Amino acid sequence: MSRSAAGSDLTVRQRLSKLDVATAPYVYIAPFFLLFAVIGLFPMLFTAYVSTREYGLLSGDAGPAGIDNYAFVLTNDRFFIGLRNTFSIFLLSSVPQMVAAIAIAAVLNANLRARTFWRMGVLLPYVVAPVAVSLIFGQIFADQSGVINAVLTSIGLDPIGWHSEVLPSHIAIATMVNFRWTGYNTLIFLAAMQAIPHDVIEAAIVDGASRWRTFWHVTVPMLRPTIMFVVITSTIGGLQIFDEPRLYDSAGLGGNSRQWMTIAMYMYELGWGPQRNLGRASAVAWILFAIVVVFALLNFWLTSRIATSGTPVARSRKKARA
Amino acid sequence: MSSVATAHQLAGPGAARAAARRRARMQSGGRRPGWVTYTLLALVLLISAYPLYFAFLLASSTAPDIAVNPIPSLIPQGHLMENIERVFSSVPFWSALWNSVIVAVSVSFTTVLFSTLAGFAFAKLRFRGKRGLLAFVIGTMAIPPQLGIVPLFIVMVQLDLAGKLPAVIIPGMVSAFGVFWMTQYLTEALPYELIEAARVDGCSMIRTFWHVALPAARPAAAMLALFTFISSWTQFFWPYIILGPANPTLPVALQLLQSSYFKDMSLIMAGVVLATAPLVALFFVAGKQLVSGIMAGAVKG
Repeated sequence: MSRSAAGSDLTVRQRLSKLDVATAPYVYIAPFFLLFAVIGLFPMLFTAYVSTREYGLLSGDAGPAGIDNYAFVLTNDRFFIGLRNTFSIFLLSSVPQMVAAIAIAAVLNANLRARTFWRMGVLLPYVVAPVAVSLIFGQIFADQSGVINAVLTSIGLDPIGWHSEVLPSHIAIATMVNFRWTGYNTLIFLAAMQAIPHDVIEAAIVDGASRWRTFWHVTVPMLRPTIMFVVITSTIGGLQIFDEPRLYDSAGLGGNSRQWMTIAMYMYELGWGPQRNLGRASAVAWILFAIVVVFALLNFWLTSRIATSGTPVARSRKKARA
Repeated sequence: MSSVATAHQLAGPGAARAAARRRARMQSGGRRPGWVTYTLLALVLLISAYPLYFAFLLASSTAPDIAVNPIPSLIPQGHLMENIERVFSSVPFWSALWNSVIVAVSVSFTTVLFSTLAGFAFAKLRFRGKRGLLAFVIGTMAIPPQLGIVPLFIVMVQLDLAGKLPAVIIPGMVSAFGVFWMTQYLTEALPYELIEAARVDGCSMIRTFWHVALPAARPAAAMLALFTFISSWTQFFWPYIILGPANPTLPVALQLLQSSYFKDMSLIMAGVVLATAPLVALFFVAGKQLVSGIMAGAVKG
């Protein structure tokens, strides 16, 4: 009797344990998917809905708008100014940043004394909030009583309108982005360089390649996946840039003629500015999303092409085919 | 080849150090670099540190002085404390600091907990649809957060959370990056044998997680906590929209400092110094971990 009781008790426990094993994984990953559904997927779809509605910040939903919101945005000069500024700032920040990060990583990839100290040194700007970076560089690049213009005038050059002119303001904002992210990306490239097997580098040196040629034809092509990773992530982040240009002056509108207003700032201005029009802001959000997707794919394609054309393997293959 | 320890005994500590250095050199493959390298690095260091020191210099000077001398002298003047006091009287600094602490701590805590749970499941448990679900998680990283900001705002207003901290905490409770990161780490760091041993000993799944997976995940969890803390502390766009000036976090308070006054740079920079100091302090304590975290993530990612 007692035996069979113990046996049935065991099966209940076994059943429970089986249930535990079967459901546990889903329970553990549930928080992510629940939260994503609530703050990711639902807002994304709802943005699409709001973008087709007359939707005020305070008045709420006031009926269908069809494609009016999109039509408004796509026929508005400010949208295209914002688009131009966003891309210009993005290019000015991502390209020099990538070059600088790879160069600094190459320098750090030596047998240094106090390695950790130098590595920490490049990462320091990462802990400064973009808002603080913007306030600091806003003063360094101030039109009057700014550091750079003071240096320029002291050596006899004309001061530059870092706020009043288009390209200089883009350079200033790109500098803030570069300041904060170059070190971070440097460490990513450094790690990738250290993962390159020594014998590959040594083989190139034995073959008589100079240091520079080894770097350009062996190291850089082997960084390809890392370059692509950094390009994609900086595209997603860079096209959404808001904090730095928003605080570049105290008005936060992107300058008198919106010379440094980005798409994200335009979205904010439509939704939370004087228009208080969330429908139009949503239309901008979707257009921005479409641009990010297209641009990320384009970047992916372009980077993979550029990076392959540099590798000796790809070249010899091309030669073989020819 | 004699070991470093024998060199220490036979030829004294100097020779032992030299032997250790030789070995390190052979491992990292290369000669000690010359002064050019160090000069370049010093320059990089200068560029990354000067803007912070510049903020400190302006914070210890006065507005008229900044107008006269755009390039501050490298020796700080003595007005830091009075500028800091002016920051306290012009924005709700302490409540902003407290808000930032609460948000960053709770976001880091929940992100680490939920990401480790999900990472454990993805790395070590068998279930239907695992690969597809993991790919989905990674795919969500490509979605720009700004895409959902309008409805998120509408929802928070409906839930009566606008202007309140949960509105900032909830969207940050778990991240795709965190899940991916913990999955990567636990795949390598947690042997199946340990899990099986715990199971044989009669541990339920959650006890196995708690007593086996969580301790194994500790180094990666600490790094995830650090990165989450920093990104939460420096976040601006969403808190700015949903919290507004009435109940700000530190970055939002900084923005207030700039817009509410005649642009007094000594005041603004005192605010910048105050808001940045906690993270710089954290950096001096945990910078080494940050460096190795980024480098570890890069190799795996």
